[in-house]
Amino acid sequence: MNKTLKAALFSFMVTSLAGQGIVFAESITVVSWGGAYTMSQVKALHKPFTEKTGIKVISENYSGGLAQIKAQVEAGKVTWDVVDLDQSAVYRGCNEGLLEEIDHASLPSAPDGTPAKSDFIEGSLLDCGVGTVVWSTIYAYDKTKFPGKAPKSLRDFFNIKAFPGKRGLYKNPVSTLEMALMGDGVPPSKVYATLSTEAGVKRAFKVLDSIKDHAIWWETGSQPVQLLASGEVVMTIAWNGRIFDAQFADKKPFEIVWDHQVVGIDAWGIPKGSPNKENALKFVAFSTNTKPLANQAGYISYGPVRKSSSKLIGVHKEHGIPMLPHMPTAPEHMKNFLQTDSEWWADHEDELKERFNNWLIK
Amino acid sequence: MKASQDIPLKAKLRKAESSNTTKSYALILPLGIFLLVFFLVPIASMIYRSVDNPLLAKHLPRTSEALKLWDSSKTPDEKTYATFVAELKAVGEKTSIGRIAARLNYDKGGMRSLVVKTARKLKRVSVNTLPPEGTWKKTLAKIDKRWDQPEYWATIKNAGAPITVGYYLAAVDKKLDINGAVVKVPEHKRIYLAIFWRTVWVSALVTSLCFLFGYPIAFLIARVQKKCVNLLLIMVLLPFWTSLLVRTTAWIVMLQREGVVNDLLIFLRLIDEPIQLIYSSFGVLVAMTHVLLPLMILPVYSVMKNISPDYVHAGLSLGATPWTAFWKIYFPQTLPGVGAGALFVFILTLGYYITPALVGGPQDQMISQFIVYHANHSLNWGLASALGTLLLLGVLSGYGLHNKIAKIDTIKLN
Repeated sequence: MNKTLKAALFSFMVTSLAGQGIVFAESITVVSWGGAYTMSQVKALHKPFTEKTGIKVISENYSGGLAQIKAQVEAGKVTWDVVDLDQSAVYRGCNEGLLEEIDHASLPSAPDGTPAKSDFIEGSLLDCGVGTVVWSTIYAYDKTKFPGKAPKSLRDFFNIKAFPGKRGLYKNPVSTLEMALMGDGVPPSKVYATLSTEAGVKRAFKVLDSIKDHAIWWETGSQPVQLLASGEVVMTIAWNGRIFDAQFADKKPFEIVWDHQVVGIDAWGIPKGSPNKENALKFVAFSTNTKPLANQAGYISYGPVRKSSSKLIGVHKEHGIPMLPHMPTAPEHMKNFLQTDSEWWADHEDELKERFNNWLIK
Repeated sequence: MKASQDIPLKAKLRKAESSNTTKSYALILPLGIFLLVFFLVPIASMIYRSVDNPLLAKHLPRTSEALKLWDSSKTPDEKTYATFVAELKAVGEKTSIGRIAARLNYDKGGMRSLVVKTARKLKRVSVNTLPPEGTWKKTLAKIDKRWDQPEYWATIKNAGAPITVGYYLAAVDKKLDINGAVVKVPEHKRIYLAIFWRTVWVSALVTSLCFLFGYPIAFLIARVQKKCVNLLLIMVLLPFWTSLLVRTTAWIVMLQREGVVNDLLIFLRLIDEPIQLIYSSFGVLVAMTHVLLPLMILPVYSVMKNISPDYVHAGLSLGATPWTAFWKIYFPQTLPGVGAGALFVFILTLGYYITPALVGGPQDQMISQFIVYHANHSLNWGLASALGTLLLLGVLSGYGLHNKIAKIDTIKLN
């Protein structure tokens, strides 16, 4: 090897190493669920954050759950700084010491001066998590399959006689049992009290029994859209963002029934012992501010958790349609809804999951 | 030869041999370390986790001790209550309380919030003064009525041992009852045994189907002219190299209600209405057999191509019918390949869950799905480890059985 080449190679290595060093010191790793959802965060939250603070955001994807965080915390080598978690994971992770507690006082107030505490909707500020978006479990149907009378209420989903055809359901007791009860006439305010009794659980399974022969069970969020698109089912329970995507990006003739939607909240959590806790906190405070959240709503149909953001929701950045009517938080969708009780599920999930699976394989 | 010359030569030889042995060990040392770090240590830690139960023994040792002598037909005595309150308060840190609560919740739903709530309310109470309600029994009952029910105390008692078989009991649908005896869990909660049998049954079916389809194909590849062999092998290997998810999704497109197969059958007027081919056991068997078929074909083929045709010819020339010659002479020689292929397919099917999850019906869940659930979601790593260890035992016994029947050592890797 001649000298010039060696020198060139050496200087290249040094600069690239130095470059990496700088990136390493000033970056945080933010982990989320992937797909259109992560894209909306990258565009509306990560990029503006880097522009403002110079801190680089490395985006990683995972498929939910606390296992990786638990492994990192137990091994004492935490490489994730901020993680997008669902409420129940925040609750569990917080109780088991896997997440840092977050001081809500550090969150900025709304533009009109409303303190963060009252600007965030109920249940979105958790001990170890700060809410970002509201998503919803709804059911959707294929309009072409119901040319005459179309289903309107959650009750219709469980009414095979009036609306014949296969149903897609979530292979998980969470939200499925609640919807079964509400479909049977239990008001949202009484759902968890009813499910806490043996008679209530039996009632929920009885409702599910009535459609068991017509049910196709899905496990991942993309499946129900595919089931509906391929004609495998005529209506399916699904997550609203996925159906929105199919409606406007893929131009599918789907319709969402918002009656008795089950809303859940996703939140940022910081794994315990993150080496970049300071910057992670900066990111959490920045990304849950009024404007970034409103901007995110321009990419995906999940509602911002800040009330002040709702007023700023505009049109979709690509399809150009107004976004508010497609949000779970739109006023007309909030007439009848249930908020997932993560604390209740933390207590009962293991037990009901066993029971649910026992029911499934029978 | 003289003895004086003999000894140095032997010593030299020994020396040369031992240095050779050292060298060859040094060569496989990286492999050894790799196996140790990525194979043996994780398995050992899994087995350890399936019985390890340190939490209550560490934080509530005296309560566990006191509960050992407790008559489970009524609530524990006042002294046990006082010990429990003192120890729970001494835990202090919220994180440890959360872990204890989560641990107890594995055994009894509702324990999580009960313990967290009790610990929170007890914070304001001092253990040095008299209990607020006269007795600790009444104090706890005031915080939550459930402390008056012996079954909640039994949960604490049964979870107290530092080494437990509780996870294994849970993995076979059993539990310790209030008196510490092993009983079956209520009928509506039994799942794991059924799922284990289901997993073994599906694995056996897929293995048989792979044999039925794979053996003739391997036979064909071993028999055709040289120039066709490569083409056929590529046709076997191409799907093998394709991503598992792609192949599974392809089957969804083929088998769904308005999919290729149903459309074709309707076009041919064989059926009037689409039939349910997918989201059922049928779909699982088709997709899994397709996914795993190459693993049967390749070992069978590698054995077949080394079998000399002379044996069969000899048999035929001695008057055997073609069938007898095949069955008595050819087939037994291919058995090592069949055994290896069956073992591959069987063991891999035992651990599969993505394909059954995507194309199966509700009955088609495999045990590994539940291992993932407990590892990833419920964070009950003890139960996940117990289920995993049982699955490992199943694999090992399958391997042992195969070894005994087919003598795997006779297989040559060439």
